[in-house]
Amino acid sequence: MKKYLASTVAASALALMLGLAPACAEDKLDPNAKQGGAITITYKDDVATLDPAIGYDWQNWSMIKSLFDGLMDYEPGTTNLRPELAESYEISPDGTTFTFKLRKGVKFHNGREMTADDVKYSLDRVTNPKTQSPGAGFFASIKGYEDVAGGKAESLAGVTVVDPSTVKIDLSRPDATFLHVMAINFSHVVPKEEVEKYGADFGKHPVGTGAYKLAEWTLGQRLVFERNAAYWHKGLPYLDKITFEIGQEPIVALLRLQKGEVDVPGDGIPPAKFQEVMADPAQKARVVEGGQLQTGYITMNTTMAPFDNVKVRQAVNMAVNKDRIVKIINNRAVPANQPLPPSMPGYDKNFAGYKYDVEKAKALLGEAGHPDGFETQLFVMNTDPNPRIAQAIQQDLAAIGIKASIQSLAQANVIAAGGDKAGAPMIWSGGMAWIADFPDPSNFYGPILGCGGAVQGGWNWAWYCNKDLDAKAANADSIVDPAKADERYKLWGEVYAKVMEDAPWAPVFNEQRFTMRSPRMAGDDKLYVDPVHIPINYDYVYVNDVQ
Amino acid sequence: MIAYLTRRLIQAAFILLGVSIITFALLYLLPADPVRQIAGRSATPQTVESIRQQLGLDQPFIVQYWRYLTNLLSGDLGRSYIQRSEVTELIVSRLPASLILMVGAILCELAIGLSMGLIAAVKRGSATDQTLMVGSFIGVSAPQFVVGLLLLYVFAVQLGWFPIGGYGTWRHAVLPSLTLGILGAGWYSRMMRSSMIDVLRQDYIRTARAKGLARGAILFRHALPNAILPVVAMIGIDIGLFMSGIVVVESVFGWPGIGQLAWQAIQRVDIPIIMGVTLVSACAIVLGNLLADIVAPFIDPRIKLR
Repeated sequence: MKKYLASTVAASALALMLGLAPACAEDKLDPNAKQGGAITITYKDDVATLDPAIGYDWQNWSMIKSLFDGLMDYEPGTTNLRPELAESYEISPDGTTFTFKLRKGVKFHNGREMTADDVKYSLDRVTNPKTQSPGAGFFASIKGYEDVAGGKAESLAGVTVVDPSTVKIDLSRPDATFLHVMAINFSHVVPKEEVEKYGADFGKHPVGTGAYKLAEWTLGQRLVFERNAAYWHKGLPYLDKITFEIGQEPIVALLRLQKGEVDVPGDGIPPAKFQEVMADPAQKARVVEGGQLQTGYITMNTTMAPFDNVKVRQAVNMAVNKDRIVKIINNRAVPANQPLPPSMPGYDKNFAGYKYDVEKAKALLGEAGHPDGFETQLFVMNTDPNPRIAQAIQQDLAAIGIKASIQSLAQANVIAAGGDKAGAPMIWSGGMAWIADFPDPSNFYGPILGCGGAVQGGWNWAWYCNKDLDAKAANADSIVDPAKADERYKLWGEVYAKVMEDAPWAPVFNEQRFTMRSPRMAGDDKLYVDPVHIPINYDYVYVNDVQ
Repeated sequence: MIAYLTRRLIQAAFILLGVSIITFALLYLLPADPVRQIAGRSATPQTVESIRQQLGLDQPFIVQYWRYLTNLLSGDLGRSYIQRSEVTELIVSRLPASLILMVGAILCELAIGLSMGLIAAVKRGSATDQTLMVGSFIGVSAPQFVVGLLLLYVFAVQLGWFPIGGYGTWRHAVLPSLTLGILGAGWYSRMMRSSMIDVLRQDYIRTARAKGLARGAILFRHALPNAILPVVAMIGIDIGLFMSGIVVVESVFGWPGIGQLAWQAIQRVDIPIIMGVTLVSACAIVLGNLLADIVAPFIDPRIKLR
């Protein structure tokens, strides 16, 4: 039996096998980091909930990660998996059994030690329909999921507590993304007694094993996180306190940052002030730029004429001037030529894509039987900058004879039109675009390009369904062996290359992230654009003005 | 008086019922599906349906409304779809901030509006009068979002007299109260001016003047109390004005009141919160109007309750 050990030493070996930077949970401490200090982060909107089974917006996502831990996690600032509450794990050769050995001496904020029973309880809870978790579907590959989701069972048959520090999870099919699933917030471990004590209000009284604990939550005003002195990862976190001030307009937050009252404006740099900030060298120096697991794209409904003709879709791909669109949004993005964003494993940086070529696009339209173009509709969400982007697309299409009228609607209406087979011929995805749940190429396929998403109310707005490709994707995801990760990414590369050949989308750009921080905030730049912690990785950043 | 009150309260109950039906129906007709929002994009159709059933959103409109109404009568406004907290708790925790802001705004609008109106009336027809009335016109018509940001920029960022948004001390309350009060001040200065001009034309003022009373004594002891009362009686009606104003002002200043709560809920289509805030605001407006009507005859004997 082949085993993949991932203890602290073996993790480095594993990471080397994957061709990634060495991973090591314990030695990740920054030698320059100082313990102590407090920072202030602002947000416009109220924090929804801190229940890891429920929270699913980019604001509470990172907060939950600091209050709770999962069996797996990522090396800070990267998309490289590493064990977290698990000390090590084994995967059976057929890829359907995952055995996690838990770290010893991990305590919840209430002082009780975390055990394998808590892991099982947390997975049972998140999949139970009564919990109403938006993430329940991620666990569909666990044996017994259907029974729990259907209300026929209270407990997942596939999750077994072997002993207090060992949990075994049986899957109904090999799932290469399962370690990622064990790293997403929905799988984070919660203590049963606290969940039962607070019931539906557990999200207001979160108790986890994370680096911080919730010290105060004044509704609509502030949340205060305090350092968890008993955190299992010795030396972390660096900060003593994080205050989240709620209800601050981004523009006001920026003014306060300039006065030194705020350390990170959580909602980012307001678009109206972006150029001003970037034109000022002193301010620009405090902005960290990084990639985002996001792609903005135009979908073309492949079941509607004339977009049922691949040549028409390819022509649209060549007609759109992506560089100009990137300029419209003040260069806050990079042009895209494929569905995957550049920071996603599996992204093919040698992929040429469709070059901007009006003449060739016109020729393709002619070959498709539309030498004079046609009339169509472009749906777009009605908040800035999306209508402006749609107008640019409209002009580009007009140049090859396609007369697209813009339907600028509220987000919910555009999503509804996209989920209706006869709803929208073209949609600009801005404001609703897919942002990955976890850094794995499969996450950009199933719901938005696979047959499973091409259903009423689904997210596959191109209604693109290629059964061969679905089979290829399933095949790629059955390669569970981490040592064969490159082979798997190559397969995914082929899937996306074929998608681009069929051109159900015209990828336009990948948004960049710009995090602004106060001069006193320190730590590696990549912590400020951490792909899974938005805006920043609270556990690893520190301030340089403590003694 | 008691008969009048009873009648008005019954009317108020019907108004609130009407508001609740209309709001509920409008939100029911929204194309956004709250269940999809709760269930998220990776949910299976099975999960979506199960959540729909648990929330009772698969029931017909009448059943849903009836359940909402019966819960409402027992003080239960439901649970927020997005925040998952009790709506009552969310509103109660934010009500004090909105009340403080309203009191501050009333003080501002009275202080500014009444003094502007008084001066304009006394200096009627002069350049001062015209300048003040142009000022009041600007106050009435300037968008509160712009006024708020302008005040914030000048007094908080440039001069540093007040904190840049937030909540806590009286200094935090000054700029938002002023922003909210400027609109009312515009109205009050106009009302005060005409009311004062009206009073100054009265016979008893002429008599006082003929008796040789000092100008200040006539103005402040005889004219002002009579001119001011009908104006002050309008405060109850202002509550409606405030309810729309706080949505903008609280958002600009990061003031944790129910206006901000409503604005966030509207953006996220969090229907139970929108319902709750609408009902609370409707209550406040109905009560404010009722209060204005009840107070009026005490202040101005020419008005009678019927």
